[in-house]
Amino acid sequence: MKKQYLALLLAPIMSVAADDPPKVSAQEFVNLQQGETAHEGFRRAHAKGICLSGEFRSNGQLASYSKAALFETGSMPFIGRFSVAGNNPTAPDLKAPVRSLALSFAMSPTQQWRIAMNTPPVMAVKDPHTFYQQIQAIQAGPKAIQAFFAEHPESNDFLSWKAQYQPSGSFAAETYNSINAFYLVNSKGEKQAVRWTMQPTVSVSAGNLEGVDALHQEITNRVAKENVIFDWVFTLANEKDDENNPAKAWPDSREQITAGQIVITGVTPQLQGECHGINYDPLVLPTGIEATRDPILRARSAAYAESYRRRAKEALMGELEEQGNE
Amino acid sequence: MSNTQKFSLSMRLFHWAMAALVISMLAAGLLMVRSLEPWQLSILTVHKAFGVVAAVLVIARLVNRLFHQIPALPGDLSSLQKFVAKASHWLLYLLLFAMPISGYLMQYFAGRPIDVFGWFRLPAALNVDIENYAIFRELHGWLAIALMALVALHVAAALHHHFIRKDKVLKSML
Ligand code: HEM
Ligand code: HEM
Repeated sequence: MKKQYLALLLAPIMSVAADDPPKVSAQEFVNLQQGETAHEGFRRAHAKGICLSGEFRSNGQLASYSKAALFETGSMPFIGRFSVAGNNPTAPDLKAPVRSLALSFAMSPTQQWRIAMNTPPVMAVKDPHTFYQQIQAIQAGPKAIQAFFAEHPESNDFLSWKAQYQPSGSFAAETYNSINAFYLVNSKGEKQAVRWTMQPTVSVSAGNLEGVDALHQEITNRVAKENVIFDWVFTLANEKDDENNPAKAWPDSREQITAGQIVITGVTPQLQGECHGINYDPLVLPTGIEATRDPILRARSAAYAESYRRRAKEALMGELEEQGNE
Repeated sequence: MSNTQKFSLSMRLFHWAMAALVISMLAAGLLMVRSLEPWQLSILTVHKAFGVVAAVLVIARLVNRLFHQIPALPGDLSSLQKFVAKASHWLLYLLLFAMPISGYLMQYFAGRPIDVFGWFRLPAALNVDIENYAIFRELHGWLAIALMALVALHVAAALHHHFIRKDKVLKSML
């Protein structure tokens, strides 16, 4: 009898101990992302990218859900960035498994919003410490990552997305996802959990792309000819969805609202552009948008700050050195 | 100098309120820059809001100080000791002021408005300046180390007065 009680007591403790990966700090996380030798002055993740300028044209559809001024009918300029995942600012574009879009809205001195989105709609894991192990497995090679996925059934939704994903031939033709959920808060104080996607308005096949900077060249040529447009589509969670679990996809049947269009009108190489100095920390939010308790989302601020601190210091030292040499 | 034995009630309240606040701010700061836990964002938000409170408090405290007599240091201190005591106090005030200012300016140049308990927001730059951010980010870190060292010295001195010299210095603040 007693033994049974003991087992009952111990079971949760032991299962917690077995399931819980060791805790890592923001510094350890960024060390892993940065790799053996840091590329000084560059982001420790998504190091290779290109600056964008453009505006969000809001159709007013989301204004009753969020008091963020951005969603009133009208337009708001942004500084954005396309990038590919990885710590190497000169890596070949087409080798990167993930493509990204980041946006920064400086609506006013007191209201700013940073957004960083990726091509997968969900994470493979639901907390930063397991994510750390996933990155270690990726770095260790195909066998390790297979074993990792086998041990982590929560990665199912991610794997089924991966199985059908075909990289396109352009940054302009990808779908970019918030992955993490946020709350929209309206003027009555009502909260609605949402995820969002930027949906492309062109399709481009990957057929004739080549070269290390294939995607960067393609987008530069494209924007010189035409605006690049995405629809900004919000998906509303209902009570069955867990907004704190970034690994679980929400059913297609959920209500969707298109808030307007993201119109990209210019590109600039990142070292000459304004995006390079920006930390696209998705927890810089305006009034009317709030963070969920999603552990992945909540981990991002400290990690982005650590990466930003490192590269900011390197930028400053580089600048001082240059002045010293003159 | 003066013949007051004790700091005035308002000065004692300021002193201990700020002591509690600053020690919590230091602990919160050191924890939150390392943590990937879900409470990190909450502590960060509170750190910034209370940091603004700290800036207001230190100004109010200095203004309050102008209107009050403060107890003289014990007469048996050497003039060097008196100088060190006074200099360390002014340095403390300076750091208590420089901490929130550097914290705010780092966020200002990073384009991150400060939300103060949902009451109001402090403005941030519309155009981010990463090099100015770097200056104030590093300053905030270095000043925090200097502040911790100075607080440790300050506490050690207070205890030294009380237990070794057995004078009234610590009591004058209780
Ligand atoms: C625990 C999870 C995550 C960690 C630790 C992490 C870490 C980082 C770091 C350190 C950077 C560089 C920041 C800088 O120096 O400015 C970065 C950039 C980025 N991350 Fe994450 N990330 C996480 C999750 C995500 C997720 C879920 C997404 C997509 C929804 C995402 C999308 C991006 C993008 C797009 C960038 C580049 C932004 C830019 O262009 O500057 N990250 N990430
Ligand atoms: C008495 C006032 C304050 C004290 C004692 C204090 C202390 C600290 C400490 C010890 C750290 C960690 C530093 C490091 O590890 O290098 C820190 C970080 C930080 N502080 Fe403060 N702080 C104060 C006021 C403020 C204010 C007013 C703000 C902004 C409005 C602020 C914003 C920050 C931020 C954003 C960080 C984290 C930076 C990062 O993650 O890179 N602090 N603070």
